[in-house]
Amino acid sequence: MLVMLNGEQTNIKENCTVVQLLEQLHIGRERVAVEVNRDIVPKAAYDSHTLADGDKIEIVHFVGGG
Amino acid sequence: MALENDKLIIAGREFSSRLMVGTGKYASFQQMAQALEVSGAEIITVAVRRVNISDRTKESLLDYIDPKRYTLLPNTAGCYTADDAVRTCRLAREAGLSDFVKLEVLGDEKTLFPDNEELLKAAKILVKDGFTVLPYTSDDVIMCRKLEDIGCAAVMPLGAPIGSGLGIRNPYNIRIIMETVKVPVIVDAGVGSASDAAIAMELGCDGVLMNTAIAGAQDPIAMAEAMKLAIIAGRLSYKAGRIPRKLYANASSPIEGLLA
Repeated sequence: MLVMLNGEQTNIKENCTVVQLLEQLHIGRERVAVEVNRDIVPKAAYDSHTLADGDKIEIVHFVGGG
Repeated sequence: MALENDKLIIAGREFSSRLMVGTGKYASFQQMAQALEVSGAEIITVAVRRVNISDRTKESLLDYIDPKRYTLLPNTAGCYTADDAVRTCRLAREAGLSDFVKLEVLGDEKTLFPDNEELLKAAKILVKDGFTVLPYTSDDVIMCRKLEDIGCAAVMPLGAPIGSGLGIRNPYNIRIIMETVKVPVIVDAGVGSASDAAIAMELGCDGVLMNTAIAGAQDPIAMAEAMKLAIIAGRLSYKAGRIPRKLYANASSPIEGLLA
């Protein structure tokens, strides 16, 4: 299914959960925040939150800044 | 030392260092980590950005920062509306599991001056939402009072535009802000050299936040140390109480016993 991942049209597995998506992308869950359709997905819900076709997903982390 | 029990307290949390530093613009993560170490800073700012999905080989900032040692202060740099800033803060809290945020809502790309109207709007929402809000603001006394009134944990007036290195352009405003609000006053932005940092501290500010002054110096590690010493010197000088300024000379050696 097609989702918008960090601003890019991306093909991901059907019924993929947030934790599966992070694993697939080799992103550790501890140091990121995930937003789906403008709502934050709490870390506790990464296993249960199933992504849907057309979802707008943002995965952010900390970078250098002032 | 005279500053042994002189702690900076923000929202009930105690800090020994009054220097806060940013993590941007360094040549490498190694250089940044070394500068942080030498600076003695306990609070360090970070930005919130999208993870690079296509290239996962890049190292991560947090590989070089021990979260047990440093208090991370995520910023909302690059946000031009209250909505964007609030959204960024919520993401930062989720990523970092801390309520501390450096709130900045910019009004203009050229000056990076704050949009105080949007800033106040965002600050109100975030305070209500349980955040410890440290807002980057103009050196405006009334604005700082408003930010304190709505529950910000500190106020962070600019000394000069971000990254400009122009120093404390309006020391009198900073001084009045300091005398007006009870929350800590932290000069954020504008510092170029160690003397600028010392001036901020001599005015009685509770701390100074800087990034470019260290990261952009020819030798960032040496500058980090200079800043650390300047903050301590400025604080000691403030606590010691300077002599009044006088127009004319006042001899240091006695007049009595002069050779005739």
